[in-house]
Amino acid sequence: MKRLALSDEILLTIDKPARYIGNEVNMVVKDKNKVDIRFCMCFPDVYEVGMSHLGIQILYDMFNQREDTYCERVYSPWMDLDKIMREKNIPLFALESQDPVKEFDFLGITLQYEMCYTNILQILDLSGIPIYAKDRTEDDPIVIGGGPCSYNPEPIADFFDFFYIGEGETVYDQVLDAYKENKAASGSRADYLKKVAQIEGMYVPSFYDVTYKEDGTIASMTPNNEFAKDKVKKQVVMNVSETYYPRKPLVPYIKSIQDRVVLEIQRGCIRGCRFCQAGMLYRPTRQRDVDYLKNLAKDMIESTGHEEISLSSLSSSDYDKLQELVYYLIDEFKKNGVNISLPSLRIDAFALDVMSKVQDIKKSSLTFAPEAGSQRLRDVINKGLTEEVILKGAMDAFLAGWNKVKLYFMLGLPTENMEDIEGIATISDKIAREYYTIPKEERNGKVQITASTSFFVPKPFTPFQWSRMVTREEYLEKQRFLNGKMKEQLNYKSIRYNWHDAEVTILEGVFARGDRKIAKSIYDAYQKGCIYDAWSEYFNYNTWMEVFKENGVDIPFYTSRERGADEIFPWDFIDIGVTKKFLRKEYERAIEETVTPNCKMSCSGCGAATFQGGICFEAHTGTSI
Amino acid sequence: MKVRIKFSKYGVVKFIGHLDVVRYFQKANRRAGIDVAYSQGFNPHQIMSFAAPLGVGLTSDGEYVDVDFNIVESEEAIVNSLNAVMNEGFAVTEAKILKEPLPNQKRETAMSLVAAADYLVSLKDGYELKTENGQILEKNDFNQLFAKFIDQSQIVINKKTKKSEKEMDIRPYIFHCGITEEDFIKSGEDLKVTNTVQGLKHADTYANGIRVFLCLATGSVINIKPELVMEAFCEKYGIKFETFAFQYHRMETYANVADHGKTIEEMILAVQQKESYALKLDSLSKVGIK
Repeated sequence: MKRLALSDEILLTIDKPARYIGNEVNMVVKDKNKVDIRFCMCFPDVYEVGMSHLGIQILYDMFNQREDTYCERVYSPWMDLDKIMREKNIPLFALESQDPVKEFDFLGITLQYEMCYTNILQILDLSGIPIYAKDRTEDDPIVIGGGPCSYNPEPIADFFDFFYIGEGETVYDQVLDAYKENKAASGSRADYLKKVAQIEGMYVPSFYDVTYKEDGTIASMTPNNEFAKDKVKKQVVMNVSETYYPRKPLVPYIKSIQDRVVLEIQRGCIRGCRFCQAGMLYRPTRQRDVDYLKNLAKDMIESTGHEEISLSSLSSSDYDKLQELVYYLIDEFKKNGVNISLPSLRIDAFALDVMSKVQDIKKSSLTFAPEAGSQRLRDVINKGLTEEVILKGAMDAFLAGWNKVKLYFMLGLPTENMEDIEGIATISDKIAREYYTIPKEERNGKVQITASTSFFVPKPFTPFQWSRMVTREEYLEKQRFLNGKMKEQLNYKSIRYNWHDAEVTILEGVFARGDRKIAKSIYDAYQKGCIYDAWSEYFNYNTWMEVFKENGVDIPFYTSRERGADEIFPWDFIDIGVTKKFLRKEYERAIEETVTPNCKMSCSGCGAATFQGGICFEAHTGTSI
Repeated sequence: MKVRIKFSKYGVVKFIGHLDVVRYFQKANRRAGIDVAYSQGFNPHQIMSFAAPLGVGLTSDGEYVDVDFNIVESEEAIVNSLNAVMNEGFAVTEAKILKEPLPNQKRETAMSLVAAADYLVSLKDGYELKTENGQILEKNDFNQLFAKFIDQSQIVINKKTKKSEKEMDIRPYIFHCGITEEDFIKSGEDLKVTNTVQGLKHADTYANGIRVFLCLATGSVINIKPELVMEAFCEKYGIKFETFAFQYHRMETYANVADHGKTIEEMILAVQQKESYALKLDSLSKVGIK
């Protein structure tokens, strides 16, 4: 039997040992003695979550296409194994070779959500790598961060050697080549970081000094190294139809969150919703060629044997050749028992036709994300979904036999008032009323409406990056008010109201717009046992409040403080193409309740055209779609 | 058309549980591009039936699954197509087209046929069998003691179920056993087991050499896990039973072909009364073949 890092005894004692044995279908096997670079790719959460992430699969495939590089994987050990590894001093290992992570040249960590920050420290700690970058020696791997949260890396900047800002397909080759060159020239870790800093998109935190004003806001952020750039420019793949995409994705033995083929049809979103960070970060919108996608889908179904394929994008309905692609997938794969799932689809005649073909109407539900309860507030957030559209979509679906509707909203959006909140209850009720206008004999039983609210967290690089986030008490009050209003509705028995936890939201608020002063609290929280904060069963709000207090971190400073128009943000050193000026203008338009047209209708001059491609260089329709 | 597929499970995939093995086969069948049949409805699924789920941690050279096919090119093609898409730890060794039941006959599933299974139990290196007075059993000591153990007319254990704990005599369900392969073949002949010792291809071997072959009642009515036997052995002689000390390897799975129609209870009663003719075990791969 292949040597495993964990003994039979340990593996047979812990939950789901398959998380730690590697050897999955399509795993890449290389001779570690025949490569120059060993790269360990990490998703700092449990295996089933991490294995569902497309980004890592893309980079895993891309790195392993290099003959000189062996890319392996590591995920957070679950709590049961975490305890055993600490007790028995077992170093954290990569799945492929089962070798300690510490022996690698690189440890690349993807940052998909703020609540994984303590898990990053767990990974470093269990690997025996010093948690603070400044304490690392020539024997330690270079620790890289990337992914959405790297667009404000400051709260965790102290733990990383550098961050890769932007899409991984672009300059990683340069990053790896520079490493080889440096090694060949017997260069040090410090020498390498100097080389890295010269590559576009790379951010080496130790090469920058931050000074603060008396009020705690940033006075300046300046390079202290001649090689560090003043602005770090986001890296973007402009030809998304001639790039890396795994034709043989890994297939886990145990069921992961995404137990299916994921086909990313486009990057970016034309919509410009003002709360949405992804919508700004991934501009300009770039569509993949439909024939390229058909071919990819076929290869991936064949190489994985998955029974489902899911289209991935921020707004599938905006993909020009969606109909062609979807009908192709149905014709080609449905007969082989392959199911097709279409998230983020606008409900229209096409959607209903497709859904009736791929789903069991009796079991499936319609999903709408109005995000706000009133038209006024939807205009504020620039969500172009009207009540009329929702009601018509729902009615069409009811007539076709559906009777379940899911609605997603946010509480705590900027300018929100009590009427806006009540609107959530009202629209839920209106949908139910719509259903009961259908004659009884034509109805399919009772209507079931599920309305969910999450709490809004202002994010960097959005028009709301200046805005005040409401406090925990305000959140809870809004939630109670809405719950009361739900009960006043005529059809309250048909409506189920779910809400998210407010405590985690506060933490997200601190991390999302936090600065370098937060790092010590993250370190302390981890030392006090905080880990798996994204999992409600392990999230410990009180410990976090304790460490913030001990470190003099003023939560409202980061959350419920309206920022001044001229404030320097911790993330201002990053250039995402979209300008701060545009975002500010959008913020002002939001307050004026003015809608901004989407990228297909007309260009609003956000700045993403600097990348010379995508939607910015396509014809505009000038009309509402 | 039903095809019975025999496979091995070994190496690191011994840590994959039964339900994940089912999922593994669904995906492997699809990767192999073989023409498996799907159920009707919105969520079509492959029609598969596994003979005897294997516990986590066990290895095996005697696993069976019945799969429904639309069209079968050849038995050999199924074996080859599947092996081409299997990764280390799974290997298909045989595929047999099952004979169609007569019009008034109900088809017997692989699971309903299972009556027994052969196991090789080995002490893993790094573990030892230590008695209460501190004696560490060597290979010869173990062999003698085990022979004594099996020579008892009754082996009563406390069988724990989800609801209760009850006393049970497991001796009748140890159909035969042997310390060496030769012994095991011989004891099998007495019971008219038509298959001889096979299924050791993927069994791990250990330097200490302590091992024993067991043929145990298996299936949905009476299922004796080899762990149960080893625990009873250890308890009997005051040896500390360590849960992970033994590696269990299933060598083959059998159906009773002596007397079709007899219930398993009747069959076991027959064994108890040493009516050895009542138990005639045959490899599942030979049962129900065209």
